[in-house]
Formats: sequence, C-alpha cells, structure tokens
Amino acid sequence: MNFLRLPRATPYLLLLPAIVVILGVVLVPLVVSFWTSFTPYNLTKPATLFQFVGLRNYERLLGNADFWWAFGRTILFITIALNLEMVLGLGLALLINKVTWGQRTLRTIMMFPMMFSPILVGFQFKYLFNDAVGLVNNALFDLGIIQQPIPWLVDGSLAPLTIILAEVWMSTSVFAILLLAGLMALPKEPIEAAKVDGCNPWQVFRHITLPFLMPFVYIAMTIRSLDVARAYDMVRIMTNGGPAGRTELLWTLMTRTGYNNSQMGMANAMGYVSILTSILFTYYFYRKLVSARAFMGGAQ
Amino acid sequence: MSAGSIERPWQRWAIRIGVFIAMLILVLPGAWVVLTAFRPNIEVLARPAVWIPQNLTLHNFLGIFGRLDTQQGLPVANYFINSMVISVTSTVVAIAVGMMGGYAFARYRFRGKAALFLGFMLSRTVPGVALSLPLFILWSRLGLIDTSVGLIIVYMAVNIPFTIWLTDGFFRQIPVDLSEAAQIDGCTRWQAFWKVEFPLARSGLASAAIFAFLTSWNEYALASQLTRTTASKTMPVGLMDFTAQFTVDWTGMSAMAVLIIVPALVLTFIVQKHLIAGLTFGGVKG
Repeated sequence: MNFLRLPRATPYLLLLPAIVVILGVVLVPLVVSFWTSFTPYNLTKPATLFQFVGLRNYERLLGNADFWWAFGRTILFITIALNLEMVLGLGLALLINKVTWGQRTLRTIMMFPMMFSPILVGFQFKYLFNDAVGLVNNALFDLGIIQQPIPWLVDGSLAPLTIILAEVWMSTSVFAILLLAGLMALPKEPIEAAKVDGCNPWQVFRHITLPFLMPFVYIAMTIRSLDVARAYDMVRIMTNGGPAGRTELLWTLMTRTGYNNSQMGMANAMGYVSILTSILFTYYFYRKLVSARAFMGGAQ
Repeated sequence: MSAGSIERPWQRWAIRIGVFIAMLILVLPGAWVVLTAFRPNIEVLARPAVWIPQNLTLHNFLGIFGRLDTQQGLPVANYFINSMVISVTSTVVAIAVGMMGGYAFARYRFRGKAALFLGFMLSRTVPGVALSLPLFILWSRLGLIDTSVGLIIVYMAVNIPFTIWLTDGFFRQIPVDLSEAAQIDGCTRWQAFWKVEFPLARSGLASAAIFAFLTSWNEYALASQLTRTTASKTMPVGLMDFTAQFTVDWTGMSAMAVLIIVPALVLTFIVQKHLIAGLTFGGVKG
C-alpha cells in the first residue's frame, strides 16, 4: 500500500479509472473476439464457443470472393472519399479565406454537417435521391433534363456513387475547418518575400502555403481515419449493402454474418481484419503528422 | 483578401458565387428534411412535385408521439429520454475520467507514458461495428443487453481516449509556473489544480464535452446491436423503426430527424468557438 502514497504513484492513480474502463470495454472484448475468431461460434449453438478450430475461419475468408470484394470495395471507398474530402475541403477553405465579410457565419454554416448523425446523413440522402419523391429526381424532371426517374440507389453503379456523395457531404467540413484554421495561422512574411522575389500565385501556393498546411491535412486525415467506419451507419440505412451486394462494405458484411446468420466466429475474424485496417490507416497518417510537425520545427 | 493581392471585379464575383454554391450544398439537404417534417404527407408524395409549401403543419410530430387516432404512435418520447440520459451520463463520466488522464499525461513523467498514450489512441481506432460483436456476446452474458447502463459504459469507453487527447493538449498550454506559484503561496496540489488550472482549461473541457456528447447522441452501430426495446433504444436506432421492407414514412422520419438534430445544433452553436480551437490545437501542439 505504501507505493500508492508515493508521489510517483500519482499519475498512475489518475489514469487508473480510464485504464479500467478501456480494459473492460475494449481490451477484454477484443480478447474475446480474438478467441471467437478461432472457433466456429454460432449464436444459436452456445457450446461452439469452446471448440477450437485454428485458422479455419481465416482460411475460409481468404478463399471467399464476397469477402475480397467487400474488402477491396472498402479500401477503394475510403481512398476515394478521403481524397475527395481533402481536395474539396482545401478548395472550400481557400475560398472562405478569400471572403472578407461574414466569415464567422460562413464557418458556422460549414460546421453544419458535422453535427449530423451518420444515420441521419444516410436518411437525408436516401430521401434526396429517392427515385419517386426525391428532390434530385423531381428537380431534374421538372427542368426537363430527364423523362424517366433515375433509380439512384437501386442501380448497381449509381448506388456506390450516391453513397460516396453522402460521405463527402458529411465529412468535407472536417477538412475545410481544420485547413481554414491553418490558413489563418499562415505567416504573412514568407508570402510577401516570395512575391517580391517574383513568385506567381501558383508557386506561392505550391511552395509556401501547401507545405505549411500539410500538418493540418494530416491532423484531419488522422481524425477522419478514426471514424471512417461511421460509413457503416450510412450504408446500413441507404442500401444495406444492396443492390445485389454492389455497396457491400466490410462492415455491413460483418454484421450480416454475425447477427443475421449468427456466425459469430466468422464475423469476428472479419472484425479483426477491419480493426487492423483501421489501425494501419490511423498509424500511417499519425506518422505523417509527426514527421510533418518535425519538418515544421513546430511545438515538440 | 489574402496577402494584399488586388482582386478584379470578376474575381470577386467568382468568389461570391463559389461561396454561395458551396453553402447551398451544405445547407440544402438538411433544410429540405426540416421542411419535409412540417409538410403534409400528400404534398410530399405529390406528382408533379409541389415546390412551394402550400401549408405547414405539426401533424407529423403529433403522429410520431402517438397523439393522432389515425396513426400508430411510436415510443419516440421514450427514445428521446433514453438518448438524453445515456448521452449526458456517459459524457459527464467520460469528461471526469478523461480529464484526470489528460492531466496525468500533461503534467507528469512516468514509466510507460508513451506506450499508455498510444494504447489509449489505438483503442479509439477500433471500429464500433467490429467492437459490437464481442460486446454483444459479453453483454448478453452479463445481462447488460438492452439496459441504459450497458450503453453508458460503452460510450464512456468510446469517449475517454479522445477526451484524454484533447485535455492533454489543453493542460499543456497552461504554464506549469501558475500551479507552482499557487503551491508556493500555500495551496495544495489539488487546490492549485482546482482553483488555477481547471478554470483555465474550462473552454477546452467544454469542447471535449461537446465532442463526447455528439458522439454518444449520434452513435448507431453499437446501439443498434446492444439495445432491443423501449428500455434502452436511442433516437438513431429508433429512426430505423420507420423503414419497413418496401415502404418508408418520409414525413414521420423527417420529424424524427428534426428531433435528433435540434439538440445537437443548439449545443454546438453555444460552444462553436471552443470547438474549432479544440480540434486544431489539440492536434497541432499535442
């Protein structure tokens, strides 16, 4: 008990509650999930939880075309969405930065999508792009652009596009707000100096503004990579993986396998693949953030 | 205007139009849903489309609260109370616990500090959907499925790492000298924290609290698996009640969407200044 009274015990005591909660709600479940992924655990047959089958679930996953399609689609989805959000967010930040009036109001409007629950964004876009009552089809129809309603969420190639649109609408603001904060902190002197030296606006942007913004880009990427899986909520309400599996992501496939088909063992194996993917994405951007910060010679 | 460049009139107009279009895209989808919530169903389903609302009504709201004879009411009032209780409780606890952790990281040097910090951050990267599978197994054995307590515990764990990250950044911005000076003047370490450092970190804590609240309030993946009935179902899960196999009650869902978005909007606008500072400085100076 004496250790607890020592000054060097204080930080551990302060951290104890946090550690206990994370252990109980994240670490222990992860161990359970790890174990389950080596069993044929089925919700309808509780005894199967203690039947060890080695790597069978993983072997089956690796040989399963549906899994690979969902996995590839997920990676593609994350890549396209993050890049689009970054480019659009940068554009939006540069635009707002040029505006001289009402910048505060504009920034407030920009935060609007960030407050939306992903499930709400999904509902919203499902409604806007509905073939019968949706705003988009109604507008196109009344403007005489289309004669037949476009089945946005029913068509195999339009549905993924619509989902990416919804995702980009939801998360571009995160990039725009962080990059705008970066632009506002941008030192004026190097830009003035470059202009005096005869740099054109593109050169100034490419060699001064952009490098300065990179840490902000990576912060945004890191924050975003923490919750890319929120896209599950959106897809769940918009298409639930359909039509014909064309929007099936790793996350929807996982819940279908686990809860609808009760194959918890298999679902947890997929869960591990998705967890590792998320960690890799976050780790990659975090490393970039640290090196960008060091390059800037910034704080710590 | 950036760095004193001279803009020609056409450039100024191009910027204005660009900003207008961008803002329209950001606002229109949400505004359209809000408008739909106040329109009668016939008007929403009408062909050809009725663009200018002919009459606005509270009918849809009365409907989802079961105040109409014609419509089977949903237990939306229960969902709303569940959501509030679960979000507020988990936020308060997560902030208290996370703040202690953030303070420890900002002010002390100890063995395993870097590894612990990394551990917390990694725990946040686990997708909710993936975590829901083992939690479902464990919570059903512990009898925590379909209870508010079960969900509160989960949301605490979801929010603690981010709170630690943010508060660590905020406490670091406060000079150590302040607390040391207070201690020289006879304060205990606790008094120095409570009377000097805590008030200074308050805006940071406010933004951390908003993030935690919004995360819990908007969460769907975990709640959809860990709740079953009106005993613990939250608003986002309740939204799915409106979708049957082939029919969707657009006006009812829009009314419910308004109920989900209003508390989030109000809270965010109150503290929006802190929110941006929280996001940026937590990261850059972290």
